[in-house]
Amino acid sequence: MSPVSTAHHDAHHDHHPTGIGRYLFSTNHKDIGTMYLIFAICAGLIGGAFSVYMRAELMHPGIQYFGTNEAVDGQHWNVVITAHALIMIFFTVMPALIGGFGNWFVPLMIGAPDMAFPRMNNISFWLLIPSFALLLGSSLVDGGVGGGWTLYPPLSSEGQPGMAVDMAIFSMHLAGASSILGAINFITTIFNMRAPGMTLHRMPLFVWSVLVTAFLLLLSLPVFGGAITMLLTDRNFGTAFFKPDQGGDPILFQHLFWFFGHPEVYILILPGFGIISQIVSTFSKKPVFGYLGMAYAMVAIGFVGFVVWAHHMYTVGLDVDTRAYFTAATMVIAVPTGVKIFSWIATMWGGSIEFKTPMVWAFGFIFLFTVGGVTGVVLANGGLDQSLHDTYYVVAHFHYVLSLGAVFSIFGAYYYWISKITGREHPEWAGQLHFWSTFVGVNLTFFPQHFLGLAGMPRRYPDYPDAYAFWNEVSSIGAFISFGSTLFFVVMALYSAFAGRKAAANPWGVGATTLEWTLPSPPPFHTFEDLPIIEPAKHH
Amino acid sequence: MHKDFCPNALARTDGTDMFLKRMNDWVATSRTGLLVKAGLMSAGVMASAAGAFAQETAPETVIGISQPAQIGMQPAATSIAADSHFFHNMILMPIITIITIFVMLLLLWIIYRFRATKNPVPSKTTHHTGLEIAWTVIPILILIVISIPSFKLLYKQLDLPPTDLTIRAIGHQWYWSYEYPDDGKFSFEARMIETKDLKPGQHRLLETDNEVVVPVGKNIRIQITSTDVIHAWTVPSFGIKHDAVPGRVNESWFNIDADKPGIYYGQCSELCGTAHAYMPIKIRAVSPEEYAAWVEEGKTKFDPLDEAAAPAASATQPAADTSVASVAGAAAPAN
Repeated sequence: MSPVSTAHHDAHHDHHPTGIGRYLFSTNHKDIGTMYLIFAICAGLIGGAFSVYMRAELMHPGIQYFGTNEAVDGQHWNVVITAHALIMIFFTVMPALIGGFGNWFVPLMIGAPDMAFPRMNNISFWLLIPSFALLLGSSLVDGGVGGGWTLYPPLSSEGQPGMAVDMAIFSMHLAGASSILGAINFITTIFNMRAPGMTLHRMPLFVWSVLVTAFLLLLSLPVFGGAITMLLTDRNFGTAFFKPDQGGDPILFQHLFWFFGHPEVYILILPGFGIISQIVSTFSKKPVFGYLGMAYAMVAIGFVGFVVWAHHMYTVGLDVDTRAYFTAATMVIAVPTGVKIFSWIATMWGGSIEFKTPMVWAFGFIFLFTVGGVTGVVLANGGLDQSLHDTYYVVAHFHYVLSLGAVFSIFGAYYYWISKITGREHPEWAGQLHFWSTFVGVNLTFFPQHFLGLAGMPRRYPDYPDAYAFWNEVSSIGAFISFGSTLFFVVMALYSAFAGRKAAANPWGVGATTLEWTLPSPPPFHTFEDLPIIEPAKHH
Repeated sequence: MHKDFCPNALARTDGTDMFLKRMNDWVATSRTGLLVKAGLMSAGVMASAAGAFAQETAPETVIGISQPAQIGMQPAATSIAADSHFFHNMILMPIITIITIFVMLLLLWIIYRFRATKNPVPSKTTHHTGLEIAWTVIPILILIVISIPSFKLLYKQLDLPPTDLTIRAIGHQWYWSYEYPDDGKFSFEARMIETKDLKPGQHRLLETDNEVVVPVGKNIRIQITSTDVIHAWTVPSFGIKHDAVPGRVNESWFNIDADKPGIYYGQCSELCGTAHAYMPIKIRAVSPEEYAAWVEEGKTKFDPLDEAAAPAASATQPAADTSVASVAGAAAPAN
């Protein structure tokens, strides 16, 4: 972004606590970020194993693994679909993008010595561990949570009488508290701890994306916390917020849930937008095209993201004018999203592009996010959504933007920054192989699901009419390829973390202009104890 | 009678015929194809069995069902579904395909033209006001083009015309029950037929013991509610889907094309618990005369409808809307 006028002087005092004290009591943004990344990878493998379990069941018509054709264990199936979603959203993508890369690189990119509230940063991470334990534990008591990640009552209240849903609600309370504390920390850090000269309009776009994300978290998660607390009291303490026979309304829960749930999907993808901007700029050796437009497109997406929630509820019986409003508001989001896609393309236009591993992931992201984005425009139409709602078309759409969007940005960020984090490089061939095997696998998994959805196959079914067999088999083969690719990644990541080649401070050359590349790899335990001075950039 | 049975009518899935043909060739030759061949063959067996069945009993034209390896929507049987198909196939699909191909071509050109070996010196351009205005304004124009048919379809679905009869679908864990408050004044349950009990030619997971019989060419008002958790009532060929919410009555309508009597299937489309996948919807659309005969038969066959117990039936709301039904009424949860 901007040239730096001072070198760092702090490599010499690299004292840090050791053993359990270093991590359990950590107040260091780098160590906490590393813990978040390791946690996210572990949770992602568990969530991915669940998806392979589901795709194995769906590979052929009939019931193979979830009971027998005569006695289907539908509750077990519903527990697995619920756990897959909650794990991937709350324990994989959010910890990786915000807790992991956000913690590591927001302070480094703005020239801050650490996060504003280091101890709060520590509790943010350590709240996730009991939260994850409660969620996994919930699947082991009273048959587990089989209400879907949306937890709609009455299915998640009267329909699931055991303790499992209460455990999952407590799990979400902890995860929500963790994220709210993290969001406060990021907002405070970005507003107050920027190095001299690092004005808001000179911040790298990744920092902008984390800032917008933190505001979305701060404003939406309390609503979610309220909704699940009302569900908890409905279940246990005789309230009737969502009970129609006592004057409540189950649709109220859906409004509260999606007022959180829609910003949540932008929480998952916005940091990815920031990462892609950094990668595209670095490997094109050009500053980001239309920097201000890019930053304020994210602000616009975040803002409009709060007023489109009922497009998840087109079939619940909303008034027709309400549906018309939400159709129009939802389509508006396509405009700032288009600005981002075209600005990335314009950034690369005229560039001198090196197709290193992070860049191929970014390329994959831009194309696949476009596919997921245009199917979003299809689903935005309330009238057509009557045909597509709760079918596999929706599953295909949100996996294109999340499993192929957010996850591609996570892998892009991994390859972009891992040498900075560990001081060791990944083998280039392994990164390329990982990209191509994942690219083939996920497209094979999710593209045929558009066909299944158009043909009418409903979501959340362990078995389906025989006509859907062909594309389900293709999809399952894709899922196995993707998971194999992920296991390859884990082996490669372990190898390169411990035995990879030593990395230079800046392995990417002239395009890498942000502050973290001025530090050695890995950076010392404490950085920027003497603040860098940021000079005005020549461009934008 | 026999000429009414036309298995080829089943394959009219939005220009997928060529695709299906190629798919069949591929299935015949490839190794993976062998895996699905069994499935396709059994489907073929079932189709011919259905033909035999049709000759022996009644003409059995199944229209509302998906076909193996289908890539488009199920055949449209109402004007709402036809409009949905037009909107998706003729407006949205071309637009999103062109946009995706446009982005892909730009990316491929970038790979070719601006790779480091071909373009060693990067340009310094970071702004172009005209370009930035263009990629803001042109998408807005495209969205306006999309929104016109979108709103037309939406209001058509939800502004109810004068209706000829009303039926009610009530979701339960895990079956649907139906009420005919206008004709016959009876109610019945429709439970899925287990796979082991299927007759030759019947479709796994889609058949119910009692069928919902409706006349073609009539405006039919459907009122949808639930007695326990949220379900969703849908028939893809009709282009409608509405949640069955306890404590509410959702209302919609359909008019099956007069030339399309036949069988239509749907499946519960809101997660409702253990047997969510096992509460299908089966509709038999018949001529008004056959419908009248069925209603007469139903008066003796089915339970009479106790109107006093179902105040939700009064349902005089004007159109397109939902209302919170009387708490004490049939719409209230059983628990």
